[in-house]
Amino acid sequence: MIETDILIIGAGPTGLFAVFEAGLLQLKCHLIDALGQPGGQCSEIYPKKPIYDIPGFPEILAGELVDNLMEQIKAFEPGFTLGERAETIKKLEDGTFIVTTNKGTRHHAPVVAIAGGLGSFEPRKPLLEDLQKYEDNGVAYLIRDPEVYRDKKVVISGGGDSALDWSIYLADIASQVTLVHRRNEFRGALDSVEKVRSLKEQGKIDLITPAEVIGLQGEKVLESLVIAKSNGHENIVLKADAYIPLFGLSPKLGPIADWGLEIEKNAIKVNNALDYQTNIPGIYAIGDVNTYPGKLKLILCGFHEATLMCQSAYQRIHPDKKYVMKYTTVGGVQGFDGTKKEAPKAVVKAIE
Amino acid sequence: MSDIKIKITDREGVVHEVDAPTDMNMNLMEVVRSYELAPEGTIGICGGMAMCASCQCYVNSDHKLPDLSDDEDAMLAEAFNVKDNSRLGCQIHMTEDLDGLEVELAPES
Repeated sequence: MIETDILIIGAGPTGLFAVFEAGLLQLKCHLIDALGQPGGQCSEIYPKKPIYDIPGFPEILAGELVDNLMEQIKAFEPGFTLGERAETIKKLEDGTFIVTTNKGTRHHAPVVAIAGGLGSFEPRKPLLEDLQKYEDNGVAYLIRDPEVYRDKKVVISGGGDSALDWSIYLADIASQVTLVHRRNEFRGALDSVEKVRSLKEQGKIDLITPAEVIGLQGEKVLESLVIAKSNGHENIVLKADAYIPLFGLSPKLGPIADWGLEIEKNAIKVNNALDYQTNIPGIYAIGDVNTYPGKLKLILCGFHEATLMCQSAYQRIHPDKKYVMKYTTVGGVQGFDGTKKEAPKAVVKAIE
Repeated sequence: MSDIKIKITDREGVVHEVDAPTDMNMNLMEVVRSYELAPEGTIGICGGMAMCASCQCYVNSDHKLPDLSDDEDAMLAEAFNVKDNSRLGCQIHMTEDLDGLEVELAPES
């Protein structure tokens, strides 16, 4: 069981900044995120896009913003449960919560802050007949253990970075890798595209473009795929042990919707007059996942919400303690790792 | 500048005739959201960067639209339910010559 003061669901910019504000109050945080890396949408969808409305940054790439936030919170030693989705929540008699992920990891905290953005990212599944029947019987949307594909015939679909990168990676493991894409062009990083081109020339990757997988065949497990070439050729039937469609991820609110929280327009209603608490005391919602009159889904608004949430969380965790907010220019930043950042002392010296 | 009229068929098949301003730097995806013709969180997920295809629509009138950008083309190559007349709503900016435009929202995926 992972123990922490504030359990943050969602490791996007809002969730990450909450770690900083909590740290100033000497509260420890742990974050859960369905993605394999922190940063949320900023890392997953648009790391290379510039953002122009972060106060104090005339221009910053989304990926850089995430790197900066990770640096800013480093001293507060946040814990991470990545690649797992928060599934269930249970309120104990003492008012604290246990949140369990889809892989069974349990987290215990007096305060839960949902910073889940538009939801957890789920793989987008192609529209194929009997797709479900072959899931875990040859069809997979995520590659957890590449060794599963050793000496197997693997077909990958998609035209982005993950399709390219996994084709490259599996070229050395699988007996055959076939990459199927609807266009001749790929939109991944240039060097990945080049690498695939050279592996194709070496005969290590078969490229079928422009084409699309239109059917799955096999008695109980996947045995072959039907592939349609777009320029009027006859369909190809290709023997395959595994099919990995990589068409990106789309966010779904998911299990959080069943936690008894008041939901409106796919977002969680909160008290914006006070502390961004939900209808369940002790559960807060901050950033894009919440809604209230006048809500704007902006990173900068998420930062503000995270800050007020932490003040309220402090009072909930320490109801008897007196506290006044301290400026970082005055109090500095005292990390849990023993580091201390503070303003240099002014030199007082007479001029004679 | 004035408003233009646009016919939007939502994902349930209901036709809405709406006024879209041409002086607000709005795109079709934003028009759909402003009239709440698709639930929040199911359209415009990436905010309008041609990076998610949640605003895919079919253009059913023969208006002259701007050419597909490389980004939009690449995104549509990975979207589902794509047809010859598929476009991303976020890449269609509201201009006066689009008066009378008829579009249909593609299914959510």
